[in-house]
Amino acid sequence: MNLFALVNYVEPWWIQIIKSLVIFLVIFLLLPILIVYERKLLGRFQNRYGPNRVGPFGLLQPLAEIVKFATKEPSRPTTSVGFLYRLAPAIAILTAVAALAIIPFGNVQDIFGTKVGLYGMDVSIGPLYVFALAGISFYGIMLGGWASGSKYSFLGSMRGAAQLISYEVSQGLALIGVVITAQTLSLTGIVHAQGNVWFFLPQIVGFLIFMVASFAETNRAPFDLVEADSEIIGYFTEYGGTGWVAYEFAEYTNMIVVSGIAVTVFFGGWLLPFGIHPPGWVDPFVVLAKIFLVLSFFIWIRATLPRLRYDQLMSFGWKILLPLATLNALVTAIVVVS
Amino acid sequence: MTYDPGADVIQVVRHPGASGAAGTYRAFGETLRGLKTTFGRIVEGPTTIQYPEEKTPVYPRFRGRHKLHRFEDTGLEKCVGCSLCAAACPADCIRVVAAENTPENRISAGERYAAVYEINLSRCIFCGYCEVACPFDAITMGHDYEISDYTRSDLIFTKEMLLADAIERTPLRTEGE
Repeated sequence: MNLFALVNYVEPWWIQIIKSLVIFLVIFLLLPILIVYERKLLGRFQNRYGPNRVGPFGLLQPLAEIVKFATKEPSRPTTSVGFLYRLAPAIAILTAVAALAIIPFGNVQDIFGTKVGLYGMDVSIGPLYVFALAGISFYGIMLGGWASGSKYSFLGSMRGAAQLISYEVSQGLALIGVVITAQTLSLTGIVHAQGNVWFFLPQIVGFLIFMVASFAETNRAPFDLVEADSEIIGYFTEYGGTGWVAYEFAEYTNMIVVSGIAVTVFFGGWLLPFGIHPPGWVDPFVVLAKIFLVLSFFIWIRATLPRLRYDQLMSFGWKILLPLATLNALVTAIVVVS
Repeated sequence: MTYDPGADVIQVVRHPGASGAAGTYRAFGETLRGLKTTFGRIVEGPTTIQYPEEKTPVYPRFRGRHKLHRFEDTGLEKCVGCSLCAAACPADCIRVVAAENTPENRISAGERYAAVYEINLSRCIFCGYCEVACPFDAITMGHDYEISDYTRSDLIFTKEMLLADAIERTPLRTEGE
């Protein structure tokens, strides 16, 4: 059994450490930008400016908020289970950040004579790794809601868990179509298989199902009834200050991860259309730009669609999305085999 | 006995069923329409007025902070201390104490003048009755609406403050705006 990342060349251990640090730091620094970008774009969708008072163009707004949250008094309900109450947000963050590892930001590059793949690792099971971590991330929600010691948080976490489980099935089945077409589970392999045509065209049904399921998986509008900003009570009701920030951090990281997977699987990763072949160092920027576009679409949807009711969410997931995804996988398999 | 509504029933218009073509259309067609609608808002641009930097223009007849007036040629005060404004004021925020004009100390055009003229702007409801009641057009409502202050006593405007040329801080709405 080989415990190390299986790539087709030898990668020194220090390169793997540097790579993971760079990926984590870049995404970590992108998060505040993403948050302020979301709020400004949402504002534009509603004929207003959004935050524009703190710093130039309101760009320092997230920093001001981080200071605000960090200086809040930590408090927890007397009925909460202390250890798990503190552990749950950490699980949420951990799984979100770990999923970042497999998003390919570029091809294998020759940096100062050393071969470096511009991704955390190229696991041969690709999407399965993401789904495994998504399965664990649901403990973050479940434990957070349960350990809060509040009935409402617990109900919220049950709701969230049911939603995550329901849509994970469709999300996975939607990706099977791509995997069958590309005939590989490795994400870099999937990108290489998109040399001629990006998979969102031949797999348009799979793409739509994947996007819808991703909205539900990341608890974004119109499926944000897990969090439901103002109306109903979600799983992190009892969290304030840093604990709440941790969940928020996990949510936005999950958004980036899902966008990264969508870009990799359906939009050709670092490839550019019309036969443009830029030098290798452009690849990560291409991927980041595509991720940025997908994130903008997330925000656009949030500005547009009202929230689903819980029974609508369940019947849509199980009665429409799941049969469609199954059919898509079946038809793709038949087309590819015949 | 169960209640029989008879013919008095409002027929509820039901949405198309959540299955088949109608459901697909609702799921995707209407979503696309919604996306178009929200994108139109970006094209329109923000309608926000950035308040402290940018002020809402007021109409010419906007009732803001009061002004007292003088005759432009002689410089005498128009107010003759008749207290009609104080009588008309529903909020009872005007206090007038009149005094006799003397030949050596002539302040207003009439027989008497207002020795004390105070408006308590924390009580004023900006109804404009004082302006209507004044027989000499001595008091009018200006356009200034930025009159908040830190203490209540600062909001009692004396005659000197009301007579002084008001700082025009608020833009006037142009024709057709």
